[in-house]
Amino acid sequence: MNPVLFGVMACLLIASALGVVFLRSPVRSALSLVVTLFLLAVMFLLLNALLVAALQVIVYAGAIMVLFLFVIMLLNLQEQPPALVRLGMRYAAGMVGSLFLLGVIRLLMGRPAPVPGGGMSGAVPEAFGSTAELAERLFTHHLLAFEITSVLLLVAIVGAVVLAKRTLV
Amino acid sequence: MTAVPINWYLLLGAILFSIGALGVLVRRNIIVIFMSIELMLNAVNLVFVAFSRYLHSIDGQVVVFFVMVVAAAEAAVGLAIIISVFRNRETVNADELNLLRW
Repeated sequence: MNPVLFGVMACLLIASALGVVFLRSPVRSALSLVVTLFLLAVMFLLLNALLVAALQVIVYAGAIMVLFLFVIMLLNLQEQPPALVRLGMRYAAGMVGSLFLLGVIRLLMGRPAPVPGGGMSGAVPEAFGSTAELAERLFTHHLLAFEITSVLLLVAIVGAVVLAKRTLV
Repeated sequence: MTAVPINWYLLLGAILFSIGALGVLVRRNIIVIFMSIELMLNAVNLVFVAFSRYLHSIDGQVVVFFVMVVAAAEAAVGLAIIISVFRNRETVNADELNLLRW
């Protein structure tokens, strides 16, 4: 990926992510999150992850965000004043923040170890990230996890229906 | 054309994750807290996809697929919980929902 393009995308991503946290109204936070998810989808596309990028738009920006917006509008929330951060929380945040800073310095100084294939600049095969390749891997090496996923989804559907029902059984 | 080194992707992922964690800490509306959690999940997805490209291995993208499934299930159940909490308590403010606090 072009470094200039990466820089622009990264700035937009950080700005929209900050919007999710700091915009006052929940609807605006949700719309900011949609922008973030779309930008991430573009980034996946530029990283040769075609199927993942498509799924990101369909599942995240489509299904999950619609769910969020429905709930926000269903509850009809008022805007709230920003919360005051407690003192203990500030110390904790300071400690976590300085650890993060150390990690960032380490990250920027380090050189990635050489890997076969040339890493980020090496060319990938034509079909890398395509539906066919991902599906083949998914249905051979990760078959058990895939089957368990279907059980998880079933439980989630039943759970959501039971929880959101007006009277509990 | 030079490629962007993997460090920058990791840095971007770390920044996005931190912004999500910040949202969980400072916001009081549980729906916004929930959205911040989604943001953290996506930061991790970015790192997985970047490493998948770096190592030329499709496994990272398979993991992202599973993370998305779990996120979808989590969103459905979590929002159902938020609805039922709002129905009983008439609030989504995390500071007022302190029944289980010791």
